[in-house]
Amino acid sequence: MLDPVESLQATFPDAVLDVLHFRGETTVIVKAEQIVNICRHCRDTLGFNFLSDVAGVDYYPQEPRFGLAYHLYSMIDNQSLRLKIYLPGENPVAPSITSVYPAANWQEREYYDLLGITFTDHPDLRRILMPDDWQGHPLRKDYPLGYETVQFTFNFDEINKHKPYARE
Amino acid sequence: MGLITPKLGNMGAVTMRLEDAVNWARTNAMWPLLFGLACCAIEMMSTQASNYDLSRFGMELMRPSPRQSDLMIVAGRVSRKMAPVLRQLYDQMPAPKWVLSMGDCASCTGVFNNYALVQGVDELVPVDVYVAGCPPRPEQLIHGIITLHEKVKQERLVHWS
Amino acid sequence: MTHADEVHWQGDLDELRGLVSERAFTGETMVLNMGPQHPSTHGVLRLALELDGETVVNCVPDIGYLHTGIEKNMEAKKYDQALVMTDRIDYLNPMGNELVYCLAIEKLAELDVPLRAQYVRVIVAELTRINSHLVWLGTHALDIGAMSVFLYCFREREKLLDIFEMISGQRMMASYIRPGGLWRDVTPDFEPAVRDFLDYFPRRIDDYEKLLTDNPLWLDRTQGVGFLSAQDAITLGCTGPTLRASGVSWDIRKAIPYSSYDHFEFDIPVGQHGDVYDRYLCRIEEMRQSLRIVRQALDNLPDGPFRSNNRKYVPPPRSELGHSMEAVIHHFKLWTEGFRPPKGEVYVRVESPRGELGCFLVSDGSPKPWRVHLRTPSFIHLSALPHMSNGYLIADLVGIIGSIDIVLGDCDR
Repeated sequence: MLDPVESLQATFPDAVLDVLHFRGETTVIVKAEQIVNICRHCRDTLGFNFLSDVAGVDYYPQEPRFGLAYHLYSMIDNQSLRLKIYLPGENPVAPSITSVYPAANWQEREYYDLLGITFTDHPDLRRILMPDDWQGHPLRKDYPLGYETVQFTFNFDEINKHKPYARE
Repeated sequence: MGLITPKLGNMGAVTMRLEDAVNWARTNAMWPLLFGLACCAIEMMSTQASNYDLSRFGMELMRPSPRQSDLMIVAGRVSRKMAPVLRQLYDQMPAPKWVLSMGDCASCTGVFNNYALVQGVDELVPVDVYVAGCPPRPEQLIHGIITLHEKVKQERLVHWS
Repeated sequence: MTHADEVHWQGDLDELRGLVSERAFTGETMVLNMGPQHPSTHGVLRLALELDGETVVNCVPDIGYLHTGIEKNMEAKKYDQALVMTDRIDYLNPMGNELVYCLAIEKLAELDVPLRAQYVRVIVAELTRINSHLVWLGTHALDIGAMSVFLYCFREREKLLDIFEMISGQRMMASYIRPGGLWRDVTPDFEPAVRDFLDYFPRRIDDYEKLLTDNPLWLDRTQGVGFLSAQDAITLGCTGPTLRASGVSWDIRKAIPYSSYDHFEFDIPVGQHGDVYDRYLCRIEEMRQSLRIVRQALDNLPDGPFRSNNRKYVPPPRSELGHSMEAVIHHFKLWTEGFRPPKGEVYVRVESPRGELGCFLVSDGSPKPWRVHLRTPSFIHLSALPHMSNGYLIADLVGIIGSIDIVLGDCDR
């Protein structure tokens, strides 16, 4: 049973940027360009046959702004691994891992929609959760929450005037 | 029910106002449109099922087609993507039609005050009765339906034209 | 913005170019919209079906009609305020969502959870599993045509909802599981009610099996339909009964036990054929195994506190506020500012009735979560739907959608 961190550091010495251990979980931070090859290595050699989750985070105002965490799991050895890539805030582009893990298809579409990350070589990149003609990427930190002022007794009439009620 | 006046002694003829007769018929067989969106839909299904039976109010048939229904129970949160669909379904329902906004999300978006949801379904369709709750208990929904029935019984001839 | 006056429904074949085959553009196959409002799609799901007669050639799901922006909304609230929103993600499994979120906070903050709270969490999670499977069975059978099963299932559900109301005050969205343990201890009428249910329910499952399992109509409609091979299931990310029916024995409660599931003995039903019928059998058997777990948990329920006493995260009981200054300070800090977990990222997974429910929590040390991402099983399974349904009839598609047990709130968040 190969140790995933050692194997990755041996096979991709320049792509592995950092290794973190926190609360019993192993995170390997890798270069974004190499993620497809690394995933292929994890699936074929290390036995991580299951992609649990693709999670995108916006670290605004830190640079690099976007982080994508790939949670891999090996059903054979009962082991988890997290691969993380960081993307710049200007025009974030990442290679798509759907050729290695087809389960990532809709999850990458979700981050194209909500964070604005473009995935190259994705079979079907379009918006998935928001309407097709939506402007903006809602999950970004500089996108407003879009809430409406709560109507209490003291501001009831003001809000009532501006609310677009349907008449017929 | 309006005043039923028996005529001609025991001959079996009664009179009542036209409005009362029509309103009574409408309330007793109001068919809801199958429009459960989210969690409130599960409570609506519970109300439909055998413990809190809705068919005693004439509503055992949930029509999937808007052309065959009178009442739209908006059960659940309406997202911005779903809004045109809701409006189109409302437009496809033939008059007379009523809208019951079930739950907090349909009435005022409840817990979710954000970009993705329509802040209260009354921005899209005119609502007759609002039922509060997250999700409302079946008894609350039934109370809302009975309130709607009371409202329908108040409708008058001059409003129909 | 969508208002009543500027509404028109875009239904263009061009938007599907690249997704449906070329035969649709020549008119050889028909593209049918199985719209967001449909009795059999279990919520607001839109499918663009490319049909050759009645056979499904291609199926393109369109989701997002229930997108609530919960993940972004949770970033604007404190940790315990955000807990209320987790209930409403997968609304058929409310306590399961709370459980995964609380486990993530506890892992991040290294909070201890007393054993009594863990056992009650197990009981509540398993009862919620039975609850979810009952709704699944009712609606799935209703779609295929067995209407009375729907009424029976909802009758059983009422008993479970009464039990939930006993302990938390709410039938569905209970907010009962909190970081550190539970909101309050179980009431004295909880145990007799659950034992009543445990005695009464196994016969009911037998009743449903008598109605459906050997019924030739049911077998015709469900056997051989919606086949998913084990290898495909793993590569497409399927988990839960959808995966187990294809022959892969993997259950998070056994593989990565959480909340003291390793103290209990139970079996995992595994199917062989990977069709709709096997998924049905898996879930029926899971209901029986859940009863087994609840019985063991209830028999061995230890005494003790129901919530951690780490006052940095858990508010002190009101009785302490009268005589302890530290309690007042903690109470004040928790209510005005909220607790501050350490900086870091964790990923926790639990077994929801649908599959693997995961919570990825990123904290920056402030009282509000920086990012909460929920890995929901319905989202992944729905992406596997085209794979499972090509080549079958529309009537089979209805059964397949029912068998993968999607909940659109879970899918769209």
